[in-house]
Amino acid sequence: MASTDSNPRPLSRMEMAARVARDIPEGWYVNLGIGVPTLIADAIPAEREVILHSENGVLGMGPAPAAGQEDPWLINAGKQLVTLRPGGSFFHHADSFAMIRGGHIDLCVLGAFEVARNGDIANWATSAADAAPAVGGAMDLAAGAKRIWVVMEHLTKDGKSRLVENCSYPLTALGVVERVYTNLAVLDVTEAGFVVREIIPGMSFAELQEKTAAPLTAGM
Amino acid sequence: MINKQVATIAAALEGIQDGATVLVGGFGSVGQPNALIEGLIEQGARDLTVVANNAGTGHVGLAKLLAAGRVRRIICSFPRSSGSVVFEELFTAGKLELEIVPQGTLAERLRAAGAGIPAFYTPTAAGTKLAEGKETREIDGRLYVLEKALPGDLAIIEARQADRWGNLTYRASGRNFNPVMAMAGKRTVVQVQEIVALGALDPEIIVTPGIFVDRIVQIDAAQPGQ
Repeated sequence: MASTDSNPRPLSRMEMAARVARDIPEGWYVNLGIGVPTLIADAIPAEREVILHSENGVLGMGPAPAAGQEDPWLINAGKQLVTLRPGGSFFHHADSFAMIRGGHIDLCVLGAFEVARNGDIANWATSAADAAPAVGGAMDLAAGAKRIWVVMEHLTKDGKSRLVENCSYPLTALGVVERVYTNLAVLDVTEAGFVVREIIPGMSFAELQEKTAAPLTAGM
Repeated sequence: MINKQVATIAAALEGIQDGATVLVGGFGSVGQPNALIEGLIEQGARDLTVVANNAGTGHVGLAKLLAAGRVRRIICSFPRSSGSVVFEELFTAGKLELEIVPQGTLAERLRAAGAGIPAFYTPTAAGTKLAEGKETREIDGRLYVLEKALPGDLAIIEARQADRWGNLTYRASGRNFNPVMAMAGKRTVVQVQEIVALGALDPEIIVTPGIFVDRIVQIDAAQPGQ
């Protein structure tokens, strides 16, 4: 862990998704947000029964349909065509969000702009001045699911840390994030702030801390 | 004999007043009653408040109603999406008021309206910008936001099958907001793909009982968004 490679390679989007998928056990009801979280579906081994929920009224969601097998009335929350696994079900929006808000969803994996060391998440608006942002189901999921994990790039395109002391963007929910998977590390959010569980090969704890705008504790 | 089927969309929408609140079913184009939206444009009511998950894409359906200048205010969870060009233009020009509501809060406000619940506390949005100006309350150590029921003067929805009593089934994820909007509309008008004989629908599979439905129009739909 301490050895420092000259050129640590950050995880790709697919590798981040696969890393999250490893930690999702059989039997969980899971909602996946848009972006990298959506890729997690394909990274869960087919023999592991994980039941995927979509806000627009689907449990037991399967992969994209084969050509010629599309049902144009069967879409996911990202409005892409999907399929239904045997055992899947349909329900209306109020029931769908009762599942979310009522604490029946074991895990929701969200993308984010920022996560603070106290578990605050900002993932719906990039500016307080943006008068017409689109919140969708993000606030319901963040407030309601049993566990919130975030998967995101460690740094913005400008090289700023997305792990922060306090979020600068408008909050989605307060103190809800339990774990963060980035392209550089896996971190738990604890009473004491971010605890590092894994770092990509070739990167030292000190190097990770340098790229992170909140204090880290080693917990490998 | 009860028969909620009407021959034309015009007959289904007659008498809708200026200033009405209109609940529009659908999630994107799936389950969205575009033929009824066209009918509302023809009907001519103005100054509408529209409640819908999205604010329309392209230049059809909800986007066309917005472009026709009939909507004063829109209440939705996700107005900005790829292709929401009409919304963006009107909103930027200050010609459209917007109320952003988290998607689950929107669904529950509609359900509450149909269920005779005037308001409810929800954890969603507590401590965020969307709770500003709203009553909050701590219950058993957690913060909640008071949200009010959201009734409509008119609900226009889409369903798969109906009988003449107005019992409805839906197709796959086309169900979405439609059943709760059916409950929340003072007048609920359904655009249905197929009308079947009374008694032909298995009572075990009816999703919306006809008590929530006022008028039905049959519209062929090979694809969503018709």
